[in-house]
Amino acid sequence: MFYTYIFLPLISAILVPFLYKYFNRFVHTGWFVLLVPLSIFIYLVQYIPSVAAGDTYKYTLSWIPSLNVNIVSFVDGLSLLFGLLISGVGSLVIVYSIFYMSKAREALHNFYIYLLMFMGAMLGVVFSDNLLVLYGFWELTSVSSFLLISYWYERKSSRQGALKALLITVLGGFGMLAGFIMMIMMADTYSIREMIANLDVIQSHGLFIPAMLCILLGAFTKSAQFPFGIWLPDAMEAPTPVSSYLHSATMVKAGIYVVARMTPIFGGSSVWFWLVAGIGIITLLYGSLTALRQTDLKAMLAYSTISQLGLIMCLLGVGSLAVYFGPGESSTIFTVAAFAALFHLFNHSTFKGSLFMVVGILDHETGRRDIRYLGGLMQVMPITFTIALIGGLSMAGLPPFNGFLSKEMFFAAVNDVSKAGIFGLGSIGILFPIIAWVASIFTFVYCMIFIFKTFGGQYRPEKLTRKVHEAPWGMLISPAILAVLVILIFFFPNVLGKYILTPALSAILPTMTPSPYDLKISPWHGLNIELIMTIGVIVIGLLLFKSSKRWIQAMRNYPQGLTLNHWYNKGLSGTERLSASLTNGYMTGSLRHYLIYTFAFFVIVLVSSLLLLYGFQFDFSNDAAISIFDIGLVLGMVIAAGTVLFAGNRIVAIVALGALGYMVAMFFVIFRAPDLALTQMVVETVSTLLFLLCFYHLPKLKKGIERIPFKLTNLIISIAMGLTVTLLALSANGHKLFEPITSFFENSYKLAGAKNIVNAILVDFRGFDTMLEISVLAVAGLGVYILVHQRSKGREQHENE
Amino acid sequence: MKTNDVILKSVTRVAAVIILTFSIYLFMNGHHHPGGGFIGGLSMSSAIVLLYLSFGVDKVRENIRVDFKKLAAIGVLIAIGTGMAGVIFGKPFLTQTFGYYDLPIFGNTELASALIFDTGVALAVIGTAVNIILSISEDR
Repeated sequence: MFYTYIFLPLISAILVPFLYKYFNRFVHTGWFVLLVPLSIFIYLVQYIPSVAAGDTYKYTLSWIPSLNVNIVSFVDGLSLLFGLLISGVGSLVIVYSIFYMSKAREALHNFYIYLLMFMGAMLGVVFSDNLLVLYGFWELTSVSSFLLISYWYERKSSRQGALKALLITVLGGFGMLAGFIMMIMMADTYSIREMIANLDVIQSHGLFIPAMLCILLGAFTKSAQFPFGIWLPDAMEAPTPVSSYLHSATMVKAGIYVVARMTPIFGGSSVWFWLVAGIGIITLLYGSLTALRQTDLKAMLAYSTISQLGLIMCLLGVGSLAVYFGPGESSTIFTVAAFAALFHLFNHSTFKGSLFMVVGILDHETGRRDIRYLGGLMQVMPITFTIALIGGLSMAGLPPFNGFLSKEMFFAAVNDVSKAGIFGLGSIGILFPIIAWVASIFTFVYCMIFIFKTFGGQYRPEKLTRKVHEAPWGMLISPAILAVLVILIFFFPNVLGKYILTPALSAILPTMTPSPYDLKISPWHGLNIELIMTIGVIVIGLLLFKSSKRWIQAMRNYPQGLTLNHWYNKGLSGTERLSASLTNGYMTGSLRHYLIYTFAFFVIVLVSSLLLLYGFQFDFSNDAAISIFDIGLVLGMVIAAGTVLFAGNRIVAIVALGALGYMVAMFFVIFRAPDLALTQMVVETVSTLLFLLCFYHLPKLKKGIERIPFKLTNLIISIAMGLTVTLLALSANGHKLFEPITSFFENSYKLAGAKNIVNAILVDFRGFDTMLEISVLAVAGLGVYILVHQRSKGREQHENE
Repeated sequence: MKTNDVILKSVTRVAAVIILTFSIYLFMNGHHHPGGGFIGGLSMSSAIVLLYLSFGVDKVRENIRVDFKKLAAIGVLIAIGTGMAGVIFGKPFLTQTFGYYDLPIFGNTELASALIFDTGVALAVIGTAVNIILSISEDR
């Protein structure tokens, strides 16, 4: 039941092309797709009461039982929170996309297949308990994100953005794979929950820090933390529903999910704290500062997403201190910080999701998303303006919106951490509140710019390419729902806190036992330092916004040579040059060279490993006696092989090669293997024919080319190759390490009802091999067909020109 | 260029029938005696290629209207499909089964699901082999 829902997106993706083909003329394909996240959401909602009561659920589906890889799913508070976000925001985004993506013009089947693929992968990431399965789904999210960013693949910027996102996130993914493998080695289990149960083994292990660094690399690249965040702004080339879904609400939070999931294991270590909290707060500052100088609304939101992700990351880092202090009074404030991280994560999905949809509306209705052209839209699009105002003020951290609550909790957390006095925080801990405060001012200013430069000021229709009017209801409904949530959460934060956030918190910090009183969110705490900080943000922020004309231009003229993007581009082109020169060095286009590499590698690896592992052992005691037929056949084979080498024309060589093959078949006859003999003979016939066909395309052997100059290296390599294979065959027969499995196959009549053992092996005992072999065969056949036909097609075009 | 291939054509007329019959025999026989899907398929494709060689591609194509690319794909699908059949009955993927039945003309006959799998193998082999040879021979 559970797996039906988790795999529903992937399964239904198969149906999308058919739905698109037959029904898209009447109904937008999105309406069918909408059913998927909606049913998953409804299914997951049923878990809320029992998970809030502290229950967890475990489901197992065996996948590769012999390798102990099972798809173990685990439903606890944290995965449920993410599952609800994925399916909930997913439903809203699909409703929005139905009106955003034109049914007549867009390739909707591609779009929805990629989107469903992403949804399935993301659900897989958050519900997997097996680390390797988690990793598999993790990479699938990167791939589907790549496909979605490059959805408008005719545009160069889309392709570049997609490539950048893929390169950076997959680089991190590989790091994470290495980290996961180290963890699996340390704990000797694949299951995250078993690792948490065996904490001591991992924490005292020498690979503890390397594994942590590798996993953090994966989490930071995915969650666009400094300095890896540069892929996110370029990912904005994707259609807006995608930006809103993947690049603000769900996928970029996968890194946060992993950090939260790993907190019970790594939390409490100083390296973990400094990396997560430190990188988080640097990202917060970097993102908010860079967002200020953007003129493209989507780029501004992208940098703002980076900065908000940094905020959540920082809160998780602070929350990990609770593990250091252990259960008790002193850890309560840090537990609350982790709680605030989850709260802000939820809030961010609501307000940033709605803001992205607002930008999509602007883009759709005005054809512009550059603030230098927009202005005064308040009078034309009042509903959109209201939604933008709610989302923007929430992001700025003002009441009565949910962003205010989590921002206050963030200030409280950084104030607490500056006083914690461990991990060297005593001396430089004060930096945390200062940076947080400064970054919040910048956040406030860009929120103001976002709202008032777009909707306030003078309305200038002459600068816009289209006649502007309010968006259709279908595009407004999703952001409106999110905006209503923004306000509702402000007034009833504890409903969310009790049923969804608290269970999730107990998954991050399982040993803590915070009282419900500690986790009560309230808008009014009295006139404390956090409130003063917020008031300071508003006052200074307003001053900066009013004077923005004077300094904003200076910000935008920031030298390009100093940006991270510049270094990324330089590094990329450098690597490309390096790899091109390296590859051109050995890819000469000559088959002979390639064979030399292959054979030399084969000989060196095999001989050295045989020597190192004492593999050479010969045992001739069981061998059959050599008869006169054998000697005759071998002599014939030697003559045939020599003829191939020294033949003056190709037909003779091919015929000699065929003769060689038939003599091998004779050997099978002598050793009473009729199946092999038959196969060898037919294969030999067909391949001689193939040779003759290819022969047509080869240049004629002329006297000049025919005499290949004698080369000593070639002779040595060919003799070594022959020797290696001979020795290998002899010593394979000389070893008796394992019991032969012949006796199993001899039962073929009983097991498979077949008297022909060879056939029973092919179709039954090793049927999987055969199935994959014929698949490879068919694919190779198609490959030949395509190569040949593309070539002749290309030639025809060439002739026509 | 007009080639004198009367002998080839006359021999092919007889030989193709013999090879085709023999290949079906090899295929059906595979369960208990030498033969099977791979050999049967390969010898059948050699018969088809022989026809192509002696009568020319166009003439044979008029008479054997089979898209060999699709044939290969159908073969692979059949093989995978028999694998899935096991899954539907709650057995591991690709579990083969067999039984003995009293059939009208044949008497007590063994029917094995492996034969269906082998059909897939044979079709994939025929499709691929003929497809490759045709592609290369058409490339001028």
